[in-house]
Amino acid sequence: MSSLLVAPDVEVAHDQKVPRKRRVRWQRVVSPVLILALWEAAARAGLIAEDKLPAPSAVLATGWRLARDGTLGDHLLNSLSRAAIGLLIGGVLALVLGAAAGLLRLGDDAIDPPVQMARMLPHLALVPLLIIWVGIGESMKITLVALGTFFPLYFNVYAGIRDIDERLVEAAKTCGLGTWARIRHVVLPGALPSLFLGLRLAIGAAWLSLVVGEQTNTQNGIGFLMMEAREFSQTDVVVLGLFVYATLGLLSDVLLRVLERRALAWRQGLKAT
Amino acid sequence: MAAGVEGDMRANGVRRSFGAVRVLDGVDLTVGDGEVVALLGGSGSGKSTLLRILAGLDPDATGEFTVPPRHAVVFQEHRLLPWKRVIDNVGLGVPNARERCRAALAEVGLADRARAWPAELSGGQLQRVAFARALAREPEVLLLDEPFGALDALTRLRMQELFGRLRSRHGFAALLVTHDVDEALLLADRALVLDGGRIAAEVAVPLAYPRAQDMPGFGELRRELLDLLGVPVALSGSGEGSR
Repeated sequence: MSSLLVAPDVEVAHDQKVPRKRRVRWQRVVSPVLILALWEAAARAGLIAEDKLPAPSAVLATGWRLARDGTLGDHLLNSLSRAAIGLLIGGVLALVLGAAAGLLRLGDDAIDPPVQMARMLPHLALVPLLIIWVGIGESMKITLVALGTFFPLYFNVYAGIRDIDERLVEAAKTCGLGTWARIRHVVLPGALPSLFLGLRLAIGAAWLSLVVGEQTNTQNGIGFLMMEAREFSQTDVVVLGLFVYATLGLLSDVLLRVLERRALAWRQGLKAT
Repeated sequence: MAAGVEGDMRANGVRRSFGAVRVLDGVDLTVGDGEVVALLGGSGSGKSTLLRILAGLDPDATGEFTVPPRHAVVFQEHRLLPWKRVIDNVGLGVPNARERCRAALAEVGLADRARAWPAELSGGQLQRVAFARALAREPEVLLLDEPFGALDALTRLRMQELFGRLRSRHGFAALLVTHDVDEALLLADRALVLDGGRIAAEVAVPLAYPRAQDMPGFGELRRELLDLLGVPVALSGSGEGSR
């Protein structure tokens, strides 16, 4: 029957896809490597002043030195725990409020307008106010991260729930699913792609908040490392800090992509066709 | 509520308005135990609205209706959850009935696609899964809202044949909303014509199953129904089959 026709079709599509994908990945590495090589060459040739921008190899050597004496690890751990705690607080708030606004009419009326208004404020501009409210200590940094992560997550949870096909909810109703079962089987999985998008944006916002937060009265963290290095004109450490931020962003993105591929396996079929 | 036979589906004086437009203006109908009734009507006549009301999807309708608790709905679109594998879609809302779900899938010829994602199936296959999902509920009554309407002509014929087989095996009753007179005559024991918000006509279809378009009596019934639906007889009546 037609099922016999469809199954090989799908496989053919996969067969064609795998080699093409690999080639594309390999190609995408070329230009970054080329830029690094040019940078290295220019620095060694003396075209770039060392105190303005040290060679990538020098930055890596500094990184290795700081990693070996444990400094880098300590600062990294401090930054990571701030990001994690802030993300957790902002994320839970965003999930709860976003779900309430997305699912309930009352929640929508009560929660969404103030959130929409607050969204217009760039959250980094709240730093002076936050310092007055919670001081310049650890809670200020965590609050800043929580604020930065809240908005992208909230909006994507809200939109994810709102965009669910009403017809699927109806079908679930006719299958005898009650409210909670509908949320579990239809709303939650249906909002998941949106949630992942929100999470990705939120993690980006978390690093951004951290960069700003850690430049105010901090004794540790990657931001502190960079500020301190600037005072002593250690350009290599400053660039190293940038490298670390970039790597963190990259790693979290890769991690999310892996999670996403697992959780949203049902979409693979959609992409293949 | 109504003094009907156990297992009957009945509606009394069902009304539904959208703003100033009264779509249903007192519909009465009964679908007996094991009976398949086709509900015909032009587009906008309210036949889908009536089916949605009976399916319990329209809280704003008024009137009395009783639908057996064991009922299932098949829509024009398959309405499968894309994030659940085929077998889990079939088993939605029927816990601990894995074997029954597998049997239902086998009955629609898709036993080997149980672990597939809906996105990997064709339109006809998806609609067959939707029927399996309905069957897994062991329904007394099926509510069908143009279930073959979105399929290509060949797939539609195959699905109509499948419906006939499933019906003779399970003996469920069904209310089949359709705009296709041939489909009504192929599948139903009785055809109702919805017009002006009421059941305007009722035509018994006393033909033996399995039916075919070229069997004796089919043409006459076809003409009668088309007539009732307001399609000029000259269009289909002058000369069998040709325009």
